[in-house]
Amino acid sequence: MSKFKKGGGKSIPAISTASLPDIVFMLLFFFMVTTVMRETTLKIEVKPPEATEVKKMEKKSLVSYIYIGSPTQSQQATFGTKARIQLNDVTFSRKEVDEIQNFINAERLSKDEDEIPYMTTSIKADENVTMGIVTDVKTELRKVNALKINYSTKKSKESN
Amino acid sequence: MASKRRGLPEINAGSMADIAFLLLIFFLVTTTMDVDSGISRKLPPMPEENIETPEIHKRNIFVVLINKNNKVLAGIGSPTNNIELDGNGIISESLKEDVKAFVSNNGTKDNSSESPEKAVVSLQNQEGTSYSMYIQVQNELTKAYNELRNEKANNDYGRDFDKLDLDEQKIIKKYYPMKVSEAETKAN
Repeated sequence: MSKFKKGGGKSIPAISTASLPDIVFMLLFFFMVTTVMRETTLKIEVKPPEATEVKKMEKKSLVSYIYIGSPTQSQQATFGTKARIQLNDVTFSRKEVDEIQNFINAERLSKDEDEIPYMTTSIKADENVTMGIVTDVKTELRKVNALKINYSTKKSKESN
Repeated sequence: MASKRRGLPEINAGSMADIAFLLLIFFLVTTTMDVDSGISRKLPPMPEENIETPEIHKRNIFVVLINKNNKVLAGIGSPTNNIELDGNGIISESLKEDVKAFVSNNGTKDNSSESPEKAVVSLQNQEGTSYSMYIQVQNELTKAYNELRNEKANNDYGRDFDKLDLDEQKIIKKYYPMKVSEAETKAN
């Protein structure tokens, strides 16, 4: 039978690559679905501190982010090196901290009313900022009654 | 032969893999897999005017003060003990142990808390305190409470706190409520 060809079967037949696109597409769809595009470009440098007792944040759609850190190199010409607060795409100095109230109110307007109590504010602050500016931010959050907060941290490796 | 060629020739799909690869690589590069994680806290609501703050007995307050030089002082009633830092600026275990001893005192010692429910940790920081030190202290406080809850879970249910169901977790959280009060930042 053809299973036992004489002579001709010496060379190995080429592996069919017809299913390669299928495999690649599968991977492609996986990454397309899991990709989260960055909504904001950071104009300040944020390197969060490390902690061990961290919890994962749930319901990402209900989280508003407040970034605190010193301006990146390209921004230092305009804003200097003092720590600034970034909300969406705009940075504010410490004196303009009351902009947070507008920001939180705008965030609330974009959500359903019944979701508002579950909204969390994530404070992503650089490890080198001082507590002064962080406390100002927290006071503003208290003023608008956005009390659920999360200090964004990296999980440090030591399990201890 | 000639009549067969009339129909549309099949499109060569050999380059489809290349196109798919290109897209795949794009998404691979742009994907950020990081999960947001952090320490959750609840801020106190803005104090209403003319409302007197309830008096808390000194023995039920554990004060942790981080001053502008990032020195950590802690103690029951007032920040008296110096918490040492090692060469890398990591605070020693003693803070966590002190908090645990304070919260789980249950009235055995006269100069420590009456019950876990009454125990309050007051965290104070100053204008110049660094954020990383603040987070480190918050982390230690969380760790102290997590360990206490875990011990209680193992005692009562024989399982780790994470493994309990929500109702059981609630009971333990009620027994060890995490009360961290943060006073306003002190000037200078």
